[in-house]
Amino acid sequence: MFFLIELYAFLKLVNPSWFHFSLTFVFIGNVEMGTPSVLWNIAKKCFTVGVITLTVSDLFASIVQVRGTSMCPTFNPKTNSLLDSLSEDRVLVEKLCLRNYKLAHGDVVVFSSPNNHKEKHVKRIVGLPGDWVRTIYDVVHVPEGHCWVEGDNSASSLDSRSFGPVPLGLVKGRITHILWPPHRVGSVDRKSPQNRVCAS
Amino acid sequence: MRQWKIIAKEAMARASIIAKFFGVLHVTNTYVLSSNHVMGPSMLPTLSITGDVVLVERVSHRLGKLGSGDLVLVRSPLDPKRNLTKRIVAMEGDKVTFSLDPTRSHSSRSLVVPKGHVWIQGDNLYVSRDSRHFGPSSLWAY
Repeated sequence: MFFLIELYAFLKLVNPSWFHFSLTFVFIGNVEMGTPSVLWNIAKKCFTVGVITLTVSDLFASIVQVRGTSMCPTFNPKTNSLLDSLSEDRVLVEKLCLRNYKLAHGDVVVFSSPNNHKEKHVKRIVGLPGDWVRTIYDVVHVPEGHCWVEGDNSASSLDSRSFGPVPLGLVKGRITHILWPPHRVGSVDRKSPQNRVCAS
Repeated sequence: MRQWKIIAKEAMARASIIAKFFGVLHVTNTYVLSSNHVMGPSMLPTLSITGDVVLVERVSHRLGKLGSGDLVLVRSPLDPKRNLTKRIVAMEGDKVTFSLDPTRSHSSRSLVVPKGHVWIQGDNLYVSRDSRHFGPSSLWAY
């Protein structure tokens, strides 16, 4: 029974739509007994597992699917091989950096969009508070409490060049590892751009 | 061998109770209700300068039922570790008219609040540092 619960928690972490799928299995596995107290036990266990999973994914780390090509070639490189074009990357987002907002140049972060807080974007930090960042036409000062983010694939990336510096309070986590697809599992390194930033 | 099994089982049971407690505490604080201690002169006379303990509920923001006139707790755009308590004056799409320094001049400026942002002001306009200084805030999505 405990193993079922661990499997259930893992599934919910990985893909919330499997939540309902596995819930059905747990239910069917126990329905022969059929008494209300068994249902109540199942409900209690589901609630506990759900609460603990939610806490862990908010405070420590969670797994997120990356869509779009704005971070080629780091995530979702659209090469011509069949394996790459089948599914999207899943990455590990760690939330421990949000305690003191210890972020560095070159970190890949997940943040809520300033125009619509329900959307989340994945980009790389190019400028920290107080830096001067060189864009094509001019040099921009990153104000206190904000950061300048840009996608690795400059041609098709909607980032700080369009919506300006992003407040650090909207940053929701830092990506440290790629977990899927298997042939690209590994850590995501910091890549600082050359000659683009003058740190204060 | 059996001794260790019994001890391990009991340790797991105790640990799971503690984990459940922290889990429920975190979920309640983040998604339902929490209490915060706020202080400062920027919301006089509504909130006192020496500090008040306020109840913050998080459900109406998720349901989208916040509007102008509500008191909100937001993360400061100048320092993400600090929270500000201000009042929403205008939501996205509204036009807001404000005067930057009420003690010095009567001049005022107007602008339209962009999408995804809100205009927040403290009740005590003379000492409050709010959207009149740092612009519309997108951090109300606390």
